[in-house]
Amino acid sequence: MKNTPLSPAPVAVRNLNMRYHHKPVLTDVSFEIPAGKTVAIVGPNGAGKSTLLKGMMGLLPLMEGEVRFFGEPLAQKRLVTAYVPQREEVDWDFPIDVMDVVLMGRHGQLRLWQRPSREDIAIAEQALKDLHMWEFRDRQISQLSGGQQQRVFLARALAQQASLYLMDEPFAGVDVATEKAIIELFKQLKAQGKTIVCVHHDLNTVGEYFDWILFVNARLVAAGPVKEVLTQENLHKTYGGRLSLLNELTEAMYRSRLNQAHEHD
Amino acid sequence: MQDFTLLNQPDVWELWLSFWRFEDINALWVLMGSLLLGMGAAVIGSFAFLRKRSLIGDALAHAALPGVMTAFLLFHSRDPWIMFSGALASSFIGFFIIDWLPKHTKIKPDAALAITLSFFFALGLMLLSYIQGLEVENKSGLDKILFGQAAAMTQDDIRLLAYVTVFILLVVTLFFHKFRLIAFNRLYAQSLGINIAFYELVLALLIVMAVVVGLQLVGVVLMAAVLLTPMAAARLWSDNLKTILLIAGLLGALSALISTQISYLAPAMPTGPWMVVSLAILFVASLLFAPQKGLLQRAWQQRRLRHKVAEENLLRTLYKLCERGDFHTRSFSLAEIQALRAMPVSRLQIHLQRLAKNGLVSHCPQGWCLTDAGFEQASLLTRRHRLWESYLNERADLTPEQIHLQAERIEHILTDEQSRQIEAELSSTQTDPHGQPIPAATAKSGDAR
Repeated sequence: MKNTPLSPAPVAVRNLNMRYHHKPVLTDVSFEIPAGKTVAIVGPNGAGKSTLLKGMMGLLPLMEGEVRFFGEPLAQKRLVTAYVPQREEVDWDFPIDVMDVVLMGRHGQLRLWQRPSREDIAIAEQALKDLHMWEFRDRQISQLSGGQQQRVFLARALAQQASLYLMDEPFAGVDVATEKAIIELFKQLKAQGKTIVCVHHDLNTVGEYFDWILFVNARLVAAGPVKEVLTQENLHKTYGGRLSLLNELTEAMYRSRLNQAHEHD
Repeated sequence: MQDFTLLNQPDVWELWLSFWRFEDINALWVLMGSLLLGMGAAVIGSFAFLRKRSLIGDALAHAALPGVMTAFLLFHSRDPWIMFSGALASSFIGFFIIDWLPKHTKIKPDAALAITLSFFFALGLMLLSYIQGLEVENKSGLDKILFGQAAAMTQDDIRLLAYVTVFILLVVTLFFHKFRLIAFNRLYAQSLGINIAFYELVLALLIVMAVVVGLQLVGVVLMAAVLLTPMAAARLWSDNLKTILLIAGLLGALSALISTQISYLAPAMPTGPWMVVSLAILFVASLLFAPQKGLLQRAWQQRRLRHKVAEENLLRTLYKLCERGDFHTRSFSLAEIQALRAMPVSRLQIHLQRLAKNGLVSHCPQGWCLTDAGFEQASLLTRRHRLWESYLNERADLTPEQIHLQAERIEHILTDEQSRQIEAELSSTQTDPHGQPIPAATAKSGDAR
């Protein structure tokens, strides 16, 4: 239904609406991300940044809206899309070693009972080396520091050999060595023309680490290249007002089920 | 009770021997069946444990009860396949209710579990007492599924049990990687496009199957322990999931072995409680004796650490004494040592003897004397202590007392590389904050100045 240019954007989000029970989390979010860029999703706590990422990956239900990856629905583009969840989402006491976690990145390609092949193992090994985690490959994950855990997660995504990476706060609570490793990884991936979208919380580094910014606070405040959108005004709009009227009215709409009534008209 | 007194006769030993001569073919069947069940339940229960949904097995076992009773009411038969189908159906209904309630109402998962469990159990008990009031054949023994009774099992029961547990073990082997991935990081597995719903359904089906075939052996009430205790114990022995599953399976089989034998020797004894008791004993044994995570091992390590700290402190005291005498002598009396490091003479003697055994001190006319190796070690420790003090003094806003206390602890774990790092960052490595000279890195000569 939409005009399809020669190379469609890695991510195109149209009119995305998400809610938690009756509370609106994201309302009318639409944007397109250009290929080969590093993109930060920036906004205050509870602004819906992680929710946006999860909604795009189909991990949380959308109320309304459409997400396209390279012009197609996610189901067709799974293998070129890698997701890095927040570190806190897993139990790091789980009995598993680093190599086996990274090999999980290959499971999107493996059917039912298939085990990782020699080639899969080689790919996982290279991913560990790229993130300077090679010497930790036989370590139990419970013995890793926070930064090392993050690098294991990134290596796992890297092992997916995707073209688009969606990362949830990769810089949160990591050490200097890990921060450097991530920046290095970004450069490598960008050189290969790959696209990176990160939830980011540190305004001091956003201009340095990223090419593009999406300012989010329950709706999309601004989106564009750092130079254009990293302005005092956008910061104020994102972090200043709480958009209470917008949220209240949207919640009232959800409660009254007005949006559903409209669709049937 | 009367069965029990009968068996108190001396022929228990005879009975036991005949069991192991496999004279009673039925007993052999029961043994095989329960070994398989012990393994199968332990392995599939491990995944419930890993997914932090341990209680699901308990709820499913209780949910099976009304199914068994309804199947009996409908068919007036205790054919194992009929019982199995009935139990499977009602367990699955229970499973879907437990799954559905938290998603569509404000009831939280734990409450949904508790409500479903007690409701189904009550329903089952009602049907059971209704059946017991009826004039039908075959109804005796139906109440045995509350606590399990190995001796009451028929060959058909056991054949079914064997099929099901072998099926469970095969499926787990086949899907091991996917099950582990989902248990570790469900959201990520979903992002890979893996069909979570399918695997979770398979997992639920396997748990339900294990529970249902285990009913006659272990009983409704205690099934959860057979699913979970082996994993809880095995987790203490290893960090590798494959090894853990293997150990869990072995522990499950072992408990089955113990309990079926008791049940064979004393038919009045319910098998379930014995299985659970033997599992609990295995768990306690693991808790005490497992390497690394076992309590005994940890206590032993703690003790070794205490000794090491005491001996290193003693070496540092001897170094300080050397320093006071301007390094003219390395021999000191017990009284001199005690003046600097207060501890009972008996303890002091023990520690000195241990140091002597390692060649760090030796007996001499005045009392004790540092050997060359001992002096080197002592200056190394003093160096670490004072380096750390200097570092803290430069970098942190602490009082000298706080600094000293910190250094007392850190000196025991500081490595050579870390000391070099500190050295590189310090402006002066000549003296510590108290004005004492820091011994040089290659403490060869006695003259530190």
